[in-house]
Amino acid sequence: MLWYIARRIIYLIPTLLIVSIIAFVVIQLPPGDFLASLISKAEETVDQAQVDALRERYGLDEPIYVQYWKWISGIITKGDFGRSFEWNKDVSDLIWERLGLTVVISLLTLAFIWIVAIPIGIYSAVKKYTIGDYVVTVIGFIGLAIPNFLLALVLMYIAFRYFGQSVGGLFSPEYIVAEWSLDRVLDLLSHLWLPVIILGTAGTAALIRVMRANLLDELSKLYVDAARARGLSELKLLFKYPVRVALNPLVSAVAWVFPALVSGSAITSIVLNLQTTGPLLYRSLQAQDMYLAGSLILLVSVLTIIGTLVSDILLAWIDPRIQLQ
Amino acid sequence: MTAATYPPAGDGASASAEVHAETRIVIANQWQLIWWKFRKHRLAMLAGLVTILLYVVALFAELFAPYSAGTYSAQHTFLPPQSINFLQWTDAGWRFYPHVYGHKVQVDPESFKRTYIVDETVILPIGLFVRGEEYKLWGLFTLDVHLIGAAQFGDPVHLIGTDRLGRDVLSRTIYGTRVSMSVGLVGVGLSLLLGVILGGISGYYGGLIDNLIQRAIEILRSLPTIPLWMGLSAAIPLTWPPVRVYFAITVLLSLIGWTTLAREVRGRFLSLKTEDFVIAARLDGVREMEIILRHMVPSMTSHIIASVTLAIPGMILAETALSFLGIGLRPPVVSWGVLLQEAQNVRSIATAPWLLFPGLAVVVAVLAMNFLGDGLRDAADPYQA
Repeated sequence: MLWYIARRIIYLIPTLLIVSIIAFVVIQLPPGDFLASLISKAEETVDQAQVDALRERYGLDEPIYVQYWKWISGIITKGDFGRSFEWNKDVSDLIWERLGLTVVISLLTLAFIWIVAIPIGIYSAVKKYTIGDYVVTVIGFIGLAIPNFLLALVLMYIAFRYFGQSVGGLFSPEYIVAEWSLDRVLDLLSHLWLPVIILGTAGTAALIRVMRANLLDELSKLYVDAARARGLSELKLLFKYPVRVALNPLVSAVAWVFPALVSGSAITSIVLNLQTTGPLLYRSLQAQDMYLAGSLILLVSVLTIIGTLVSDILLAWIDPRIQLQ
Repeated sequence: MTAATYPPAGDGASASAEVHAETRIVIANQWQLIWWKFRKHRLAMLAGLVTILLYVVALFAELFAPYSAGTYSAQHTFLPPQSINFLQWTDAGWRFYPHVYGHKVQVDPESFKRTYIVDETVILPIGLFVRGEEYKLWGLFTLDVHLIGAAQFGDPVHLIGTDRLGRDVLSRTIYGTRVSMSVGLVGVGLSLLLGVILGGISGYYGGLIDNLIQRAIEILRSLPTIPLWMGLSAAIPLTWPPVRVYFAITVLLSLIGWTTLAREVRGRFLSLKTEDFVIAARLDGVREMEIILRHMVPSMTSHIIASVTLAIPGMILAETALSFLGIGLRPPVVSWGVLLQEAQNVRSIATAPWLLFPGLAVVVAVLAMNFLGDGLRDAADPYQA
């Protein structure tokens, strides 16, 4: 087991390296840089000497690999992600709280998906081809087909139209900039349910189908018949073995559900105006705030890679056969 | 193989019919068997019809849309949808006369807010295959026939309402079908090319190359797609012409989309490599290329078609999401995502909820392709019970 984990962590290093290069190249792709877009937006003419000084300070004239080296070595040695041009703050001051909220939302959504999808999947498999099964299947497919942001818009409209409240944001106005306190946490929790449901629909729909298919495979196996022949009660029979075996692929499904969640939350957060990484990334990309955008892409990628790793280790722990492959 | 499951529409009453059906199965080729198996999947059949319909609409968008995508009317901004009435009361009794009611504008004296009130005295007849604006179908034929619209040219008939510039939402959604549905096709085409080549190499040769390609796929799949797409599409210069932006977006989408297909192709190659007929061909001294093209590719085509169908909805959703954020396709290009941009905040949805109509089109298209792909996947291997 330890050897397996060690091997996976060793694999992680080149992956992270490549991801950091991709993140840096992506933010370098747009023509021009932040200063150029600043100058094009500024009403009065900008002093060329001043621009040159800024350019020098941020190292914007150096070759791309030198810039990359400065950026990545700063992150590794000092945890310094560079400076945000637009906010005029260190990137690390801007991102940690938002990254934390992204993690909280993703994990809560994951829990929501599991709690909803597993019982429904079991029901759907046991009551195969009944009305209930069809209803669940159709709802599941519709959940998959509705884009998150559209669902967010529709729910916001319903809340606005019929309950007369606006449901955007993660905090009530008085708590947005407040220090962390118990009240603020409670306020956060009271706002979280909507994004969690919106983000969870697609994943729930997908996992119900996976759970149903897995359990159907198991239920048709001979050991189930054998157990039934020995007079085991249906409920005990179901939960003793088939459900447990069917859960295994569900753990590995986390490996793709988690990246999809983090990535999907980007757009939903913009629509719902959540204080997560999505809206910040969106703005920084538009402003060509390169260190902020690059750091966000890097950190969100690292987050998904770690999520994948954790789910793989979890799977290897539950199902020892995996380690041998 | 169980014989009784395949013969279509056979009651099996007489023995000769059964024998006949059995012979049909034995001599039927792979594609016939797939078709018979697929036909039994009702939902997939329906989804297939819807998908075909959507592509027909995309192909003949000019004909289906009552107006052109850019037609606007300053007097009819944010006009709500009009409901169709089929019957009209006259002195002689009810008669079949499809029409919608006109609108009166009421301006609030304090807020100057314009509201529309249905005016039942103004009757605007509608019809099928009516004459309207002239257009050029595929830039070739000049026509003025529209499938549905105002029977009298110039009447303000907007069945799904209008947007902030008074443009017909139904027409724009129909035009959006063309771009949104084709983005999926082109994107999947590119993914397929990459996926088949790289997946094929990976599965056929194995060893170091396989290992490298698999690691690359793992890295690409662990990246959060939407932030990455956001970064990449932000790099598309604003000055590019719409067509080039369109292709840039499809290339972006297929950059990650190919990994799923490559995995599928690789898996197929691995399992086919040890099949008896492939080994037999190799022992007969058939050249490698011929083994791949003549013997292996045909037996996995059906699986590839199924995975391609399942990959299209993801592309459509991704394009919609990017365009919705304003970093994908941009106006004047009309796609469902671009149209949904008009409905970006609660305020505009509260004034004009019908602007969400393109979203319905997205849901229908994605649902149809998912069901179709599911049915195809089930039918893809007719030799397996």
